[in-house]
Amino acid sequence: MPDQLIFGMEVFLNGLMAGVLYALVALGFVLIYKASGIFNYAQGVMALFSALTLVGIMEGQIPFAHLINAIFGTELHHFGWHVPGILAIVLTMAVMVLLAICVQKFVFRHLVGQEPIILFMATIGLAYFLEGVGDLMWGSEIKKLDVGLPQGINLAIDETTFGWFGYGFFIDNLDIVATIIAALLVAVLVIFAQYTKQGRAMRAVADDHQAALSVGVSLNFIWVMVWSVAGFVALVAGIMWGTKSGVQFSLSLIALKALPVLMLGGFTSIPGAIVGGLIIGVGEKLFEFAIGPLVGGATENWFAYVLALIFLVFRPQGLFGEKIIERV
Amino acid sequence: MFYREAGDFKTSYREDNQTFPIKFDRYRYYSVMFAAFAVVPFLINDYWVNAIFLPFLIYSIAAIGLNILTGYCGQVSLGTGGFMAVGAYGCYKLMTAFPEVSILIHVILAGGVTGMVCVLFGLPSLRIKGFYLAVATLAAQFFLVWLFNRVPWFYNYSASGQINAPERTIFGIAVTGPNTQAWATYLFCLVIVTVCALVARNLTRGMQGRQWMAIRDMDIAAEIIGVNPLKAKISAFAVSGFFVGIAGALLFAVYLGAAEAGDSFGITKSFLVLFMIIIGGLGSIFGSFAGAAFLVLLPVFLKNVLVGWLGWPTDMAAHLEFIIVGALIVIFLIAEPHGLAQLWRVAKEKLRLWPFPH
Repeated sequence: MPDQLIFGMEVFLNGLMAGVLYALVALGFVLIYKASGIFNYAQGVMALFSALTLVGIMEGQIPFAHLINAIFGTELHHFGWHVPGILAIVLTMAVMVLLAICVQKFVFRHLVGQEPIILFMATIGLAYFLEGVGDLMWGSEIKKLDVGLPQGINLAIDETTFGWFGYGFFIDNLDIVATIIAALLVAVLVIFAQYTKQGRAMRAVADDHQAALSVGVSLNFIWVMVWSVAGFVALVAGIMWGTKSGVQFSLSLIALKALPVLMLGGFTSIPGAIVGGLIIGVGEKLFEFAIGPLVGGATENWFAYVLALIFLVFRPQGLFGEKIIERV
Repeated sequence: MFYREAGDFKTSYREDNQTFPIKFDRYRYYSVMFAAFAVVPFLINDYWVNAIFLPFLIYSIAAIGLNILTGYCGQVSLGTGGFMAVGAYGCYKLMTAFPEVSILIHVILAGGVTGMVCVLFGLPSLRIKGFYLAVATLAAQFFLVWLFNRVPWFYNYSASGQINAPERTIFGIAVTGPNTQAWATYLFCLVIVTVCALVARNLTRGMQGRQWMAIRDMDIAAEIIGVNPLKAKISAFAVSGFFVGIAGALLFAVYLGAAEAGDSFGITKSFLVLFMIIIGGLGSIFGSFAGAAFLVLLPVFLKNVLVGWLGWPTDMAAHLEFIIVGALIVIFLIAEPHGLAQLWRVAKEKLRLWPFPH
């Protein structure tokens, strides 16, 4: 087999893995959009915030230490204990639920019935707010996140492919774990939405707010729940990306990467988010591999957006989106 | 007591249709213009110009541009930073290629080029709407910044990848480059801002503006009553791009002096200008100025208070700024979706009736 093709296959596989991570972020968007019609720009910042909180809790950092030190002139930094990973994840989840309640109570309750674009801008404001709070709470330096996920090259795949092609593929263990977790997460979410009482209530709200209200579904509760679930997805995405590339500001930019994924897959479709993620992940890696060197590299910055833009011109509702019907 | 129409008789259609039909408003406008042109240039120094006046004036133009697209025509754009980069790099290429031509013409041409690029990225707006379009304009943002970083022709093959504004003069007085006077750059920008605001104001209250607003309120209904959506949307993109391009050219040539696409025209700039028009008021020229002033003054104010008085570290002040800006956006959207401009309108209405309650 020619070398180029083998390299191409490796790039393809890595692209699939990256795509899974994009899909993870996109999932959070789809959930909130389906249930409340809010296009949540803050999803990426929520991932960053949850990862920061997780690291902070694990390391026993004192929240707002810098602020307290600056105001009272103290020298506080750490509580001096270390929290084990699982417990820290549970605590972080509690923080995310609290956040969901606050977001619902202070922001979106007051914006019910506004135009979608106003809600979108409100989430941009929320993203800025959360970013500032996260940095002020835990400090803005790059942090290492390690909750015990396996990392490094997967030797089994390396050896197998070496046996087949005479060239070992480099596949990160973390990417494999991420893929498995993403698949599990999707399965759990689908089961939750299809078979549990709350999941059905959520779908009812997504379908028609007023009809759901009239059969006794509490909108407030459902929205808090949806934001909590989105917070949970953000936490999973935050752990994955945080372990991969450290907890830092750029984590919030993956939210922007999730946008073309959504546009490609359609805003309302969970399978769409996954397929879109895979297409974008593979597409940008292959494009960078094949065309990148010809035009100066770093095409990953824009490829996804341009692909989505061109795609939308031909199919405005995305691959799996519901057909857009407009009436006067 | 103020803002009375009583006794202010209009005897021609021209007078009836003027921008400021109320006498008090008109005199206020004249006095602001007088202060801006004849008083401020004698009082300012380098600090005031660089910290407040230049960014305020330049971002006002950008905000007017985005307001035409988003506030008047309803097409949300997140590509403002990229379009400002087009203006800046266009101006740079023109300045270096034709050194003998006046900088004023270069700035206007740069605006024209940006208008064309903006139209190109606006074409999909005929098919896609709402936040699908907002995300599509992100494509413009990332693609353009990448283009200016990676294609050496745009920065004249300079080793640093930066563009530097050479010295250019108007009537023998330097307005770009290292040897500028504070008042000269201020007046140069002020003249352009004034012209832009006048053009924008008159465009938006004429037929073109009404077509844009019809498209914004409901594009299908607008199409049925005879507004051509292609013409309306494309013209909004073109005009918006023109203003944003001028703002980008001025930001680079007059204010920054040196620029690099990723740093100076990144996605944060797009959001900054978007926040300006949200806080200032969507669909209002005055709102563009108010929003620009607000978001230019806020960081200066916070920095002076937190770092200067309280002695906090600068990075914490920056984080707090994020929190405050984010919270303000949300608060404005909840409490006053029409922004500072609406507060101003309400205040005017109150003044008009004062001291009587009705």
